[in-house]
Amino acid sequence: MTLTENPGQPNAAAPTPPAIELMGISKAFGPVQANKDITMTVAKGAIHGIVGENGAGKSTLMSILYGFYKADSGHVKINGIDTEITDSHAAIAAGIGMVHQHFMLVDTFTVLENVILGAEDGPMLKPSLAKARQELKRLAEEYELDVDPDAIVGEISVGFQQRVEILKALYRQAEILILDEPTGVLTPAEADHLFRILKNLKEQGKTIVLITHKLREIMDVTDTVSVMRRGEMTATIETATTSPSKLAEAMVGRSVIMEVEKSPATVGETVMEIKNLVVKDGQGVERLKNISFSLKRGEVLGIAGVAGNGQTELLEVLGGIRPATSGEVIMKGESIDLTTKADAQERRHRGIGHVPEDRHARGLVMPFQTWENTAFGYHNEPEFSKKFGMANQKAMFEDAQGKMERFDIRPPLPKLVASSFSGGNQQKIVLAREIERNPDVLLIGQPTRGVDIGAIEFIHQQIVKLRDAGKAILLISVELDEIQALSDRILVMFDGIIQGERLPENTDKNELGLLMAGVDPETDT
Amino acid sequence: MNNGIPKWVDVVLIPLLSLILAFMVSGLVVLSIGKDPIQAIKLMVYGAFRLNDGIGPTLYYTTSFIFTGLAVAVAFHAKLFNIGGEGQAAIAGVGVTLIMLAFDWPHWTIALFVGVIAAAAFGAAWAAIPAYLQVKRGSHIVITTIMFNLIAGSVIAYLLVGPLQASGSLPESSRFPSAASLPTLHDILAVVGINFDRFSDANITFFIALLAAFFVWLLIWKSRLGYEIRVFGNSDKAAVYAGISPVKITMIVMLISGALAGLMAVNTVQGQAERLVLGAVEGAGFIGIAVALMGRNHPVGIVLAAFLFGALTQGGVELQFEMQIPSQMVIVIQALIIMFTGSLENLVRMPVERLFSRFKKGAV
Repeated sequence: MTLTENPGQPNAAAPTPPAIELMGISKAFGPVQANKDITMTVAKGAIHGIVGENGAGKSTLMSILYGFYKADSGHVKINGIDTEITDSHAAIAAGIGMVHQHFMLVDTFTVLENVILGAEDGPMLKPSLAKARQELKRLAEEYELDVDPDAIVGEISVGFQQRVEILKALYRQAEILILDEPTGVLTPAEADHLFRILKNLKEQGKTIVLITHKLREIMDVTDTVSVMRRGEMTATIETATTSPSKLAEAMVGRSVIMEVEKSPATVGETVMEIKNLVVKDGQGVERLKNISFSLKRGEVLGIAGVAGNGQTELLEVLGGIRPATSGEVIMKGESIDLTTKADAQERRHRGIGHVPEDRHARGLVMPFQTWENTAFGYHNEPEFSKKFGMANQKAMFEDAQGKMERFDIRPPLPKLVASSFSGGNQQKIVLAREIERNPDVLLIGQPTRGVDIGAIEFIHQQIVKLRDAGKAILLISVELDEIQALSDRILVMFDGIIQGERLPENTDKNELGLLMAGVDPETDT
Repeated sequence: MNNGIPKWVDVVLIPLLSLILAFMVSGLVVLSIGKDPIQAIKLMVYGAFRLNDGIGPTLYYTTSFIFTGLAVAVAFHAKLFNIGGEGQAAIAGVGVTLIMLAFDWPHWTIALFVGVIAAAAFGAAWAAIPAYLQVKRGSHIVITTIMFNLIAGSVIAYLLVGPLQASGSLPESSRFPSAASLPTLHDILAVVGINFDRFSDANITFFIALLAAFFVWLLIWKSRLGYEIRVFGNSDKAAVYAGISPVKITMIVMLISGALAGLMAVNTVQGQAERLVLGAVEGAGFIGIAVALMGRNHPVGIVLAAFLFGALTQGGVELQFEMQIPSQMVIVIQALIIMFTGSLENLVRMPVERLFSRFKKGAV
């Protein structure tokens, strides 16, 4: 196909040609049009952000640029030269480096070995290693990219692993660096460091493309930003001339209410009581140290905390996935079996629904079709059962159709496998399954992790709706905004204990942050 | 998962092309030992499908391969690799022998019914031990089932020169009572007026194999247990979240798998030899792995693949007789087919997929 100059784009006749020009890129996966006639220009030496909801087509576009996918139509110019990127080798040769969302590192190799992997100069490793060591030292000084070259990759933190990925790209002489959701796995401090690195790289004339759905990052570091929505590029703007709410609007195509609308809670009687709960892991380390609290009808009890302070274990014990070492859980006056004999189906019978933290590994079976996933965990219930141990697949299918309609799961095809849906729609499948069972207690872990803004709003509304129906909700999230917006009461967990309890109206981010760090704000210890 | 190719290409065209490729390479092998490959292929096809004395033995082998193929497939749906079909079928033969020699059978129907139960129970029991070791002790099922094949072989060797040996010097058991002997396909088809190969070993067990295939289809795709098996096979974490016990599923799946492998003994020990002999399984347990692989762990595919391997086995026998191609060479040819249809599948798949994506784009 031919394409004339797009009037909305900066003219390519400028003195230095743009680092990247994408022209009329289209890509379809079966019936899904992931990229629709996309044209984008990134100036040399700029940090360019690409924002969009999950499933908007950002990653697909970058995968085309990096040679993982072949575009159905359109072409690519790098530094003004027509370039056909057939695979990642061609991308590297064109000076493009990519830092993937999930790192491509060999855990048992050292940093140095990972850096030269695939870029060795000859059959013997020694000269390459020596050269790489020199180069790494130089890069570390130049860009604040310090990593111990002899550390084993599996033993260093995620933030450092990401630096190794960046180093890999720079070692291969990358002039254009693509980062796909780089801060998803980082702590705030690590993220800040990453942005400093990116700014250093920019000063040295490197071009950076940052894919994210966090608007704050876009505002902080980028020069220009492109917004994608449903496979189309809806806008390319200079960052200085826009605002987070404008970007959010462009992403979802309408104004987004960032806060959750909810009426005051009408709290009823206690439905679940947790007493002196202790959980030890396989190594005998106490992950929950004597935890007690109660959960009442009609409230959202939020549990804040940095990931890894016992929230996961709490959720798994209550959901029947993991046995408790000692302690008691009383549900509607009856004690719950916390031994290894307990199972999650028995919990569901007692009225405990569970939206797990990890929907990919636990909440869904990725190669299963939606109608199989919406019955998951409830597959032995009478309405899904037939005689002689057979499944009532017709009932399962019809149930899935209803759920997809009521929860606006797109595309509404019960025969589509779970992995074909975007993160937000996958989460809606899990939520539809758990909420429509009308549980007395709903356990929710990270309800909006990796979920786009439009779906976040919907998911929050569903949670509030369930609360208003007099159900108890235990919400675990590492997103403090989410905890504050949704909770009627907040518990902060730190190192396996409850560090404090606050009411959202009487506290702020600072105080919660201190509690999450294990500090008691009153005594300051 | 659909990689942009129609289903018929995935299920029919790709295996067929793999097969043709395998035959071409086999032809080169035959040529290399100075024989005529065209004649060899003709002979194999003729030998395997000839009505008066080809199709009968082919169906006999097919029956065994259906059972062992299904055994591998059921385990595979739970991501368990049951390599122990060989041993499970062998021990099932002991079970059939013990029960057949224990009674005077009034009628073959009862003998068949009891034989099926005995074979399934012994096969399942032999699979249960590795399964238990896996769930309780973490011993890998691939390793333990392989070892249990060797143990089974030794157990049978001991039994046939010891407690079960018939009077005489041969390592074999006494002959089963004649009332226990199963009707052959010749006997059955004679009822409807078809004159089927009188001397072939194919017997009523063939229909039990087809029934077993139907049962496996019901189990895996239509039953709640099958649903749980597939959930567990895809993600053990998801299984635990849904309240599906990995211990329970592993045990049940291995019991079913062992029972299916064991049923093969009804075909060979009860249906054909009517006594226990050494080496009754003859590698059918291992061929089951190839059958499951080629049949994509689906009963229909397995029945077809078992038929192909049955034909290859019978055709191979013919090659030895008629062209003096050594039996080792026949095994090489079979191995080539396993290699092309199983492990080298991508050799054909990738160009075909590319061709189809290009074709599709041209159509747009």
